[in-house]
Amino acid sequence: MKTMLQRNIRDRFMEGLLVLSTIIVLLPLIIIIAHVIIHGIGALNWDFFTQELGSPSRALQGRPTGLVHTILGTLVVDFMALTIALPVGLGAGIMLSEYPDHKLNPVLRVMNDTLNGMPAILKGLLAFVLIVKPMGTFSGFSGGVALSFVMLPIIARTTESALMSIPWSIREAGLAIGLPRWRVVLSTVMPAARFGLVTGTLIAFARAAGEAAPLLFTSFGNNYLPNHWLGMILGPVDTLPQRLYSLAISPYSHWHNMGWAAAIVLLVFVMLTFATARFFTRQKF
Amino acid sequence: MLNNSAKLLKTPFTHLKDISNLLMHQASGPARASKPVSGVTFTPEPASGGKKFRMQTRNLTVRYGTTIGVEDVTLPIYDKEVLALIGPSGCGKTTYLRALNRMHDLTRIASVTGEVLLDGTDIYGNDINPVNIRRRIGMVFQKPTPFPTMSIYDNVVAGLKLVGIRKKSLLDEVCERALKQAALFEEVKDRLRSPGAGLSGGQQQRLSIARALAVDPEVMLMDEPTSSLDPQSTNRIEELIHTLKEQVTIVIVTHNMQQAARLSDRTAFFYVGHLIETGTTNDIFTKPKETRTEEYISGRFG
Amino acid sequence: MSTDKDTRKNIRKLLRNPSAIYRRPGDLLFTFLVVTLGISIILLTLSMAFVLYGEGSAALREFGFFGFVRGTTWDPAVQLVFGAWPFLLGTVTTSVMALLISILPAIAVAIFTAEYAPRWLANIIDNLIQLIAAVPSVVIGIWGIFVLAPWLRDTVYLPVFMWAESSYPQLLPILGNPMGYGMTTATIVLALMIVPYTTALTKDAIRSVPQEQREACRALGATRWEVIRMAILPYARGGILAGAILSLGRAIGETMAVAMLIGNKNTLPFTIFGAGATMPSVIVNEFREAVESLHLSSLMAIGFTLFIIALIVNLFAAYLTRKFSIKGGQVI
Repeated sequence: MKTMLQRNIRDRFMEGLLVLSTIIVLLPLIIIIAHVIIHGIGALNWDFFTQELGSPSRALQGRPTGLVHTILGTLVVDFMALTIALPVGLGAGIMLSEYPDHKLNPVLRVMNDTLNGMPAILKGLLAFVLIVKPMGTFSGFSGGVALSFVMLPIIARTTESALMSIPWSIREAGLAIGLPRWRVVLSTVMPAARFGLVTGTLIAFARAAGEAAPLLFTSFGNNYLPNHWLGMILGPVDTLPQRLYSLAISPYSHWHNMGWAAAIVLLVFVMLTFATARFFTRQKF
Repeated sequence: MLNNSAKLLKTPFTHLKDISNLLMHQASGPARASKPVSGVTFTPEPASGGKKFRMQTRNLTVRYGTTIGVEDVTLPIYDKEVLALIGPSGCGKTTYLRALNRMHDLTRIASVTGEVLLDGTDIYGNDINPVNIRRRIGMVFQKPTPFPTMSIYDNVVAGLKLVGIRKKSLLDEVCERALKQAALFEEVKDRLRSPGAGLSGGQQQRLSIARALAVDPEVMLMDEPTSSLDPQSTNRIEELIHTLKEQVTIVIVTHNMQQAARLSDRTAFFYVGHLIETGTTNDIFTKPKETRTEEYISGRFG
Repeated sequence: MSTDKDTRKNIRKLLRNPSAIYRRPGDLLFTFLVVTLGISIILLTLSMAFVLYGEGSAALREFGFFGFVRGTTWDPAVQLVFGAWPFLLGTVTTSVMALLISILPAIAVAIFTAEYAPRWLANIIDNLIQLIAAVPSVVIGIWGIFVLAPWLRDTVYLPVFMWAESSYPQLLPILGNPMGYGMTTATIVLALMIVPYTTALTKDAIRSVPQEQREACRALGATRWEVIRMAILPYARGGILAGAILSLGRAIGETMAVAMLIGNKNTLPFTIFGAGATMPSVIVNEFREAVESLHLSSLMAIGFTLFIIALIVNLFAAYLTRKFSIKGGQVI
């Protein structure tokens, strides 16, 4: 027989345990963000945003170095990935939600989820075989393709659920006034679901922007800014996550500091994208 | 005040008029005159005469945020009676019922003011643990709520296991008694170890009643216990309530006026958050004092 | 927009009958486009399997599939013998341990936010938990290299090592070299990184517990914790399991933070504090430097093995989510 007191003590004890667990889980996050800021803020200077990295000796001799080529490369690769992934992802999402009876839909759903669950590094290997090998060189383009493999399934999935959330009657109304099917989808259903579509795309973008693994064997990395802008697409190019990795495992303490600074930039970039996505989630029509 | 009236209640029936006056008086603050709907006019009939209060609510108001669920309800509940709460949907009968065993504690925005007395003690008092209150005041819900992962047996003794009773002979005994009380024992005695969710809807509801009875409550609150059941199962539950009132006090919310008429000793009519009228079931259904009561029971609205 | 019943019925029929929808040229083109894009995702997923298998086939042929998977030697320099067993073992150990470490706190967070915390606090905690999933793996990696690993070495590994050295020297071979970068450090970081996935699915599962179940339990005189233990957790166990499996899938594929912290040692035995390797970490570390075609093929074969394992785990998680009908469970 348990007394009421024992049961109450147990109740309070478990509540305390839950609070404690929550703190234990959240504490590292706060510590990580704090450390990144503390360690990296010092290296975030004008040079960081205007100079290219160069060889390690440049940093050792105290000459100005920075990651301008990395930041530009990241933007090029990320937006290239978005350009590739958006139409395909939207198309697949439309197929799933607007053609619910299509025979291939169950297959598509399973395949899309499978692709989504695959480790990003395998997407890098795939892009390596499909693009880098035939091209004969590491390139920004192959990096964009690799990242698009990360974005694709997320966009397809969020598009499907965003379009599904639009009531079927809106489609019926469109068809009833004589609009063809494609017009109904493009000018009635998709605008109604626009906030959901934007949110999904941003989430996919942010997810991919933080990935380093697929880029190591595709865009590879580059210590310099290419001479011609096409070099960003056709030649090896630097990206933030991959550069951060290289800096962190390098033996130079000056590069470690730059790594922390790169971590701030990457963190801010990813967080801002997520925050924007969150903002759009809250928007109604 | 209450001790006073409780003492008076034990005196012969002739005093009852005075008591009801007394109760009305103590329930009426100065502000109440402006709210005629809440002027409670119950006059205990001979049927409930001589019985003592088991519970009583005084000026009970439940708010959800700024919305008022029920307002200013003063209502006695006598020992071993069946009290039916009737009224149209959204009139506050369920809200009132849930205030009787502090179920509103679970809803963050709900606030309860006024008093709910159980044997003279305010269950919303500072030193009162709601967990203890709920053991004394059981509850059965609209939908049958067997715990789906537990066997029939484990469902029935769930309340006992909470307090750490592990003695198998005792659990067996209580389980059998509760199932018999709930008129379910014969149907399930051979499969006590099978899942409770495998029973039919009516059996599940009787299982829920058995589970509530197993902890030996003094009062049983029933929130439309037959609304999700077929007529046959409804019949069995009604028979069950008839037998149960020998042992426990029952407050039942029902949409079905025939059910209220068949089952209850007294009836309380709620309308838009106010208690309009209470009296013996016979009186409410044959000579209601308020026009709204009459309109409702004659089917003109609700 | 009022359509009378007949029109509605006709439209419904139209929508159900593909041949009627696909008839008009514009629609035909649109449908063709959409279906092509859909099919391209199917092809992409299939091609991943075929490409990884195809590129790894040289190694798989050389050693045989099971010979490769069970092979314990990974020597790209001298013998050119490749076996994936150490990495398979490393992946399974770190992932499973990370799951075991994280599952209780993750469930606790879900319970706390769903059942205890006021709404504003629950919102904040939810957002922070999602934020954990949003922090890029390499950022956690750099923090691990320069902060966590040295700290763990000085405050945990070394004291334990010293104590073992003086009291139980027989433990030393199990503990391994306490340099900070190793299996335990990688596991701890993994545990943190997968919390959001378990928490999200557990929370969805807890939310799907009908309110009546909570109330019925309360009405029996249960305390808040007793309601959780008796009514909520048993009801939500399917969702919790699905969340755990999904987290396991994430842990298996997690690459950068692990590669940066595990110490990278290709030979068994792995020790508690000592360095190790996982399938993704070895690919990251060696792929760019692999010259021998058999080496490259072996790394691809590891990728193929990883694909198979991730596929099994993900399909199992999907099966559980569907079986217990937990909606979404989407982590940003």
